[in-house]
Amino acid sequence: MPHLAIERWAESNDRAPDSPVVLTVEGAHGLIIHAVTKAAAERGARVGARLTDARALDPSLVAIPADPASNAALMQKLARWAGRWSPLVEVDGADSLRLDATGVAHLFGGEERLVADVRRRFESLGLTARIAIAPTAGAAWALARHPSNSLDPLPVHALRLEPNTVRTLERLGLKTIGAVMEVPRLALARRFRGGEGVVDALDRLTGRKDEPLTAAPRKLVPRAALRLEEPATYPEAAAQALERLIPDLVCQLQQRHLGVRRLSLAGFRVDGSVAAASVATSIPSREPKHLQRLLADKVAALDPGFGFDAFALTAEWTEELGAAQNSLVEEASGEHALARLIDRLTVKLSPRAVRKPQARESHLPERASGWVAAVSSPALAREVAREARRRGPSTAYGDSPPHEIVGRIRPQRLLDRPEAINVIYATPEGMPRRFVWRRAVHDIARVEGPERIAPEWWRQPSSARLRDYYRVEDGKGRRYWIYREGVIGDGRGGPPNWYIHGLFG
Amino acid sequence: MARGLSLVAGGAVRARSGPAEIHRLPPGLGDRWHLPAPSSPTLSELFAAHPRDGGWAGFLLAQLDTDKPLLWIQDRMAILESGRIHPPGLPVQNLIHVETRDARDALWAMEEGVRCAGLSAVIGELWGDPKALDFTATRRLAVAAERSGTPCWLVRLGGTANLSGARMRWRSASAPSLIHPLDPKAPGLAAWDAELFRARGSPPGRWSIAHEADRFHLVAASGDRALGGIERSRA
Repeated sequence: MPHLAIERWAESNDRAPDSPVVLTVEGAHGLIIHAVTKAAAERGARVGARLTDARALDPSLVAIPADPASNAALMQKLARWAGRWSPLVEVDGADSLRLDATGVAHLFGGEERLVADVRRRFESLGLTARIAIAPTAGAAWALARHPSNSLDPLPVHALRLEPNTVRTLERLGLKTIGAVMEVPRLALARRFRGGEGVVDALDRLTGRKDEPLTAAPRKLVPRAALRLEEPATYPEAAAQALERLIPDLVCQLQQRHLGVRRLSLAGFRVDGSVAAASVATSIPSREPKHLQRLLADKVAALDPGFGFDAFALTAEWTEELGAAQNSLVEEASGEHALARLIDRLTVKLSPRAVRKPQARESHLPERASGWVAAVSSPALAREVAREARRRGPSTAYGDSPPHEIVGRIRPQRLLDRPEAINVIYATPEGMPRRFVWRRAVHDIARVEGPERIAPEWWRQPSSARLRDYYRVEDGKGRRYWIYREGVIGDGRGGPPNWYIHGLFG
Repeated sequence: MARGLSLVAGGAVRARSGPAEIHRLPPGLGDRWHLPAPSSPTLSELFAAHPRDGGWAGFLLAQLDTDKPLLWIQDRMAILESGRIHPPGLPVQNLIHVETRDARDALWAMEEGVRCAGLSAVIGELWGDPKALDFTATRRLAVAAERSGTPCWLVRLGGTANLSGARMRWRSASAPSLIHPLDPKAPGLAAWDAELFRARGSPPGRWSIAHEADRFHLVAASGDRALGGIERSRA
């Protein structure tokens, strides 16, 4: 894929294809052009040239740093996707894939049609691919880069040698592979005695020396499947299948020392549709009873429709989990029991209903005490991370609150939304005397304050007003946390409003 | 589980059972009295005197051991009416908060929590008199709590004391706070009126108490605050 970098960039940035953009990497002497768009190529930008040189030709070039890591990630993904043609796929260099097509071409109707299929599918992805199929990997590599009918007229670059060796060969007048091949092996071996490996390269090209592919290790997801002879239409079928599949899956997990974080049971219906139920756990687990209990309710609700004819139980997300024993006698440890409890609550209620406190760096009380889901899932974790980035640094609570500021007293309960109250006060800036909340009159017997909390100007609009918090106690001893929003004459609205925000215990 | 509340001398206990029955606590430091408490962890029910009175939370939190996480369940009405718990104001940060749609889910979550060995206590707040909360439900909770040894507190906001399987039933209200040592106009140390109106194994009674750091102070029952109301022990 000669244009992978620029095509990936164009795809992900959604820019007009005719803009003169070059992707650059850091070189020894300044920025080097790594990839160019067509428009940039027309203006004289060449891959491998220095950016300053290209800019001298056309100053309107837009230079953007290349992202080799994302390109490599894309290559890994493409390699996995290319598993559709061959079981043995290898990422080769930064921009090519090698497929072992031995014995698979006939599945696609011959080699030509295999190549056509590969080309068509890469085109539908929006990627330019140069494809070559050859008896040896070296020959395919050479032909993909230098299209030709035979190897002989190809330049010696195609041998995939060190640039120095290539230069030596060219100086010797051996400019094509054919010319190199005509030289006696003994002479070649004697001339290139060091690590240049010209003879090796020729042997790889002609197949005299093996060049095996090392495919990426394929991680099989632990999965247990059950096929039924007859479609099951009764609703308990899924629950029964779960009961039979769990021991199988747990056995696989045990052998691989894995614990499941997310588990799903898919029921395949006769008409081709799939019904699935999935649950997540808060710590990796492979305890059959626990997993079954988690899934049981959701599985019982699966609608068999015209009947299930197969079930698959898949551990979609797994983590390392070694064997654990807490004590000689069998007893549940608190941590595990708690994790299981969180799982059950989360499955039944929802991830948003079961939460843990998380402190944030803020003076506004409603922001300072954040909540995070007690059980995490990849999607939720991403969301939390995004939230955290948006909201700034945060710290999880340890055993003690993060700020131990003397005199800072916080209520035990906070209303989700501060409620407006009517307050009677002696002077506008003075202490409140009496307030009406939810139509009940509270005479203030004692009051302490104000504790002034300024708005967060870096985050809130400039019209946000400061808050003066008062700790008040009414005649019956009930203690509340009320605040006045704004002060008279702050230029951010009319007379200040009063709100009740919290209840003290 | 804290075995009862440590009461430090400095006031008087007025029990409601007998008309003239006043326990005078022996003076001096270190004499500890105990509020009645179950001999082993069980289900206790706590009625807030008024839904807009948050005083019960202080009374309850002071009695909890917090070495393990706390499970705090609130149904949606309780959150709307009297607010969500606010961790910076709580003595314990190691907690799990559960928000449920209705009382049925809350009771289910409480029962699940009570069966779990890794919790220091389960607190469930229910609003009003939900249908799901009947004698059977409370009895189940009590049995589960006793079996697992996890104390469970059922908090009723705006509810009536109907039939219940709870072993101890309290009613708690805020009382005027103690005088602030530095600022007489400011609210001081929180004080509560607590009434035990039904308990297995201990007579019902009524107390006016305050709590500081790790101990409770007994103050005079509300109404006669002059009786050494703010006389504190220095410990």
